Amino acid sequence: MTLDNDDLKRMASQVRRDIVRMVYECQSGHPGGSLGCTDYLVALYFNIMKHDPSFNMDGIGEDLFFLSNGHISPVFYSVLARSGYFDKSELKTFRKLNSRLQGHPTTHEGLPGVRVASGSLGQGMSVAIGAALAKKLNNDDRLVFTLHGDGELQEGQNWEAAMFAPFNKVDNLICAIDVNGQQIDGPTDKVLGLLDLHQKFSAFGWEVMHMDGNEMDEVLRVIELAKTKTGQGKPIVILMKTEMGKGVDFMEGSHKWHGVAPNKEQLDAALAQLEETYGDY
Amino acid sequence: MKKYTYTEKKDTRSGFGAGLLEAGKKNDQVVALCADLVGSLKMQDFINAFPERFIQVGIAEANMIGMAAGLTIGGKIPFTGTFANFSTGRVYDQIRQSVAYSDKNVKICASHAGLTLGEDGATHQILEDIGMMKMLPGMTVINPCDYNQTKAATMAIAEHEGPVYLRFGRPVVPIFTDPDQKFEIGKAWMVNEGADVSIFATGHLVWEAILAGEKLAEEGIDAEIINIHTIKPLDEEAVLKSAKKTGCVVTCEEHNRYGGLGESIAQLLSTHQPTPMEFVAVNDTFGESGTPAELMKKYGLDSSNIIDAVKKVMKRK
Repeated sequence: MTLDNDDLKRMASQVRRDIVRMVYECQSGHPGGSLGCTDYLVALYFNIMKHDPSFNMDGIGEDLFFLSNGHISPVFYSVLARSGYFDKSELKTFRKLNSRLQGHPTTHEGLPGVRVASGSLGQGMSVAIGAALAKKLNNDDRLVFTLHGDGELQEGQNWEAAMFAPFNKVDNLICAIDVNGQQIDGPTDKVLGLLDLHQKFSAFGWEVMHMDGNEMDEVLRVIELAKTKTGQGKPIVILMKTEMGKGVDFMEGSHKWHGVAPNKEQLDAALAQLEETYGDY
Repeated sequence: MKKYTYTEKKDTRSGFGAGLLEAGKKNDQVVALCADLVGSLKMQDFINAFPERFIQVGIAEANMIGMAAGLTIGGKIPFTGTFANFSTGRVYDQIRQSVAYSDKNVKICASHAGLTLGEDGATHQILEDIGMMKMLPGMTVINPCDYNQTKAATMAIAEHEGPVYLRFGRPVVPIFTDPDQKFEIGKAWMVNEGADVSIFATGHLVWEAILAGEKLAEEGIDAEIINIHTIKPLDEEAVLKSAKKTGCVVTCEEHNRYGGLGESIAQLLSTHQPTPMEFVAVNDTFGESGTPAELMKKYGLDSSNIIDAVKKVMKRK
């Protein structure tokens, strides 16, 4: 399913409805980052990527996506279900016993669309580079996309990967960093400042781009521009400014909604702000 | 006692290098990664033959394990190479999440395991790796005993679907197994049939068990020696059958007594047929610098320790 601009915005609203309902129903999970990254994932799965919801693990001939910050699983599950990987009714099993929709994404329960487990932070970039190398070995010219939290960059493995990819010309890789400036214990600037991420990635040899991850038009434009920069010897990183909790006013801009579920009153208030829908699960 | 002789000594890591080359020739999906230890891991022949299928990752083991997991997505069969310490303890969480829990077909190949790494000392002499790896659901754990067996094991794991930990060592040791052996994952090898005691040995300790068996035979003790090259999945049938026949057991390994082969066998026997056991293993301590032979003697892992353990356990029958 490929959507264009107005429909993408409507889908983003639907996905946000799914996120708050999923987290409400199990009274756990991570709504803040999920809401912030909704527009990026909707753009990838409903417009940018060539992908096949009948799902083959190897994904040969397809664009691949890896979610490194696995705690924002609600947005990933919603987007996978809404793009046809599994029935949307399964979203109601999120974080419940015997579900394929584990708290953090896993291949272990056989959920279509997930290619590696994530949750323990900092591992996704390495996995994505490996998958990108496999594509090169297979003469497969499709791309590998990722998403990482900004706080997640405090994990050292990211910088091992960040050093490897440019040196080895892994130029079929587009990484996005969710720069929302928040992590569990507070603003990243207070917990462990990331300082100038542009300079950091640039010094490592990456092509660095920027976008407002909550403006759908800009998301589409910048990712399309990033695609034109692939195949030129450099991996690409997009520093994607987002607002944690985007779309629900009382959740916006605060780390307090990183991993907290809304109560019934808050759920109703959130859904009232997310009017556009394709039909709730 | 069946007679075992050898004409040549070689390191098991060279068996890995030779096996990797053969695996690469047989299957073009085999790729290799190394964290700045190509010479130590004997990977140069593979690199010469298949330069496009080799990835030098630098001193970045966490990234290596993650990339190996990613390479399986696209059908590759990645073999990672570094020292056992950096293959396991340093990257346990990467193996746990990106490989084992993600069901990825990664072969984690680890050299310089145990005390026989020698002079570099305890920072590099990991004695806990078998325990860490066997605790991961779905992980196969293999610890071959000589050059030929390591080569055969390397070729066999390329054909096995699923994550594998392959452990081998640094020093030259006698080559006494068949160069044309077929390596069956999970199938114990009967080194010598006997009636008085079961000696279950893995890795470098298999040759020590043979030396011990010869001396015990001179004293009229008929030792059954079984090579457990695959610690997980354990050949339970072979262990139970032998223990039932002899009524007492000695386990031998270059590993901490906690978490290793002995512990796996103790759990099996205590569940099905409690049997007196002795453990020839490192007694919950770190190693130190020294030659391999000096270290094996000081930490109680040579044939004399096996003989002592046999005599002790036979009195408990």
